[in-house]
Amino acid sequence: MRRLSTFNIVSLTLGFAFLYIPMVILVVYSFNESKLVTVWAGFSTKWYGELLQNEAMIDAAWVTVKVAFFSSTIATVLGTMAAYVIVRRGRFFGRTLFSGMIYAPLVMPEVITGLSLLLLFIAIGLDRGVLTIVLAHTTFSMCYVSVVVSSRLVSFDDSLEEAALDLGASPFEAFRLVTLPIIAPAVISGWLLAFTLSLDDLVIASFAAGPSATTLPIKIFSSVRLGVSPEINALSTIIIAIVTVGVLTASIVSKRQITQRLKEEAQAD
Amino acid sequence: MRRLLVAVPYVWLVVLFLVPFGIVLKISLSDIALAIPPYTPTLDLSEGWTGFKAFLSQLDLENYVFLTSDDLYWKAYLSSLQIAFLSTFFTLLVGFPVAYAMARAAEEWRPALLMLVILPFWTSFLIRVYAWIGILSTEGFLNQFLMWTGVISEPLTILNTNTAVYIGIVYTYLPFMILPIYATLEKMDGSLLEAAEDLGCSRMQAFWLVTVPLAMPGVVAGCFLVFIPTLGEFVIPSLLGGSDTLMIGKVLWEEFFNNRDWPVASSVAIILLLILIVPIILFQRNQQINKEADQ
Repeated sequence: MRRLSTFNIVSLTLGFAFLYIPMVILVVYSFNESKLVTVWAGFSTKWYGELLQNEAMIDAAWVTVKVAFFSSTIATVLGTMAAYVIVRRGRFFGRTLFSGMIYAPLVMPEVITGLSLLLLFIAIGLDRGVLTIVLAHTTFSMCYVSVVVSSRLVSFDDSLEEAALDLGASPFEAFRLVTLPIIAPAVISGWLLAFTLSLDDLVIASFAAGPSATTLPIKIFSSVRLGVSPEINALSTIIIAIVTVGVLTASIVSKRQITQRLKEEAQAD
Repeated sequence: MRRLLVAVPYVWLVVLFLVPFGIVLKISLSDIALAIPPYTPTLDLSEGWTGFKAFLSQLDLENYVFLTSDDLYWKAYLSSLQIAFLSTFFTLLVGFPVAYAMARAAEEWRPALLMLVILPFWTSFLIRVYAWIGILSTEGFLNQFLMWTGVISEPLTILNTNTAVYIGIVYTYLPFMILPIYATLEKMDGSLLEAAEDLGCSRMQAFWLVTVPLAMPGVVAGCFLVFIPTLGEFVIPSLLGGSDTLMIGKVLWEEFFNNRDWPVASSVAIILLLILIVPIILFQRNQQINKEADQ
């Protein structure tokens, strides 16, 4: 590759400035003394203090984390099963319908997914609350998990599983001892993806949530509709910080693992 | 054991994806009623087959006729299509140069650049849209900046207009455009460009005749990844758009939550889905072609 032209450098600078300046402003102004978000009146951390005393907000955060944990865990199990079935099982009754149902939620507009689930919950008389949000989130995020896992399953040789079966392993043992360790990185990233999708979702949760359970995005959305507030800036800053630390840690860990593996392979040769 | 492996995710998706979808279809053919649930007829299986026939005979296309007669709806569909098309184009315009520069950057820089593109994707969508409210409002940072530099003397009204919606969409969907384009450009063999230049192409010509055609699969994938979700977008038009910003996701939401007209909301959903089927099929085909080309 040649050296970057001036045009390349300009587009990188402008592109990343566009992506990051709004977030930087958000973070900086969360430390603003004034209630007016757009006027700087000196450094203060008082909005973080107010946030910590806002019990409704903390309850919502707790509900959100609970929902995300349960839905992403169930979605990972179901999504991995679905991926395994699609990649490893040849033909079975209704296979086309099955793979269609795996891909459709990925492109379905959120308003439609939300609406249809709400109508189902009402039709069967299920009270809306934490359970219904978990069901809704599991349904769409298991499809994401299955796409992530199946791309990993496709790329590895199924003769390894066959060898394990030939050597007397039960199908379940072959999966647990051979397949699962190989696809583990994809399963973990599928879980992380499902977890973040659930944390982030506003539209589907708004349909699935009832008065008894409010998630953080629903809370943020209703308060943002009334205008900007420094408290939301503080909350956003906390979320941005958690995500940044999480993503950086995950990338450093996976980079270590890759170099470790390369080293081991080099030693084996 | 094997059966169970298929059955569990299968049943889950049938119950929580297919059946709800059937309910939407059914309600879209029903009439609004002052009852709980607020539509009629409801399926009553206690009378057996005659009950089912009576139920079927009460369904009609009335809501769909209503959608064509009230110009709010077709205007909303058209304006959603327009907003989705234009913002996809703008996202491409911003995203391509960034992806191109990333692919040309030194190899040791690329993981860091990639990380910088992916990081916003993991950050809350809602927060990223919220960030623009403070920037675009009349007393917001953009107006403060422009007035300080003397470009304008009166603040511009950007928030609560379609312009703000375009900015919001380009901003939030930019990673979806950059990543597939970068992936195709990164695989490109640099010697192709040298060959083109040796054969007498100028740099510009080599770019248009070699790089752009090779980047096409990524460009097409990126455009679909932006266009499809944008069409049904709700958060951006409701936070950044004005009362005259018509987008079908917002109309559906208001029909359901504010007007409580479930049958009309359901038929709005069904038509949105019919419109989306075309780009979705095209997208699938494009992915299939790319996959085969890779092998």
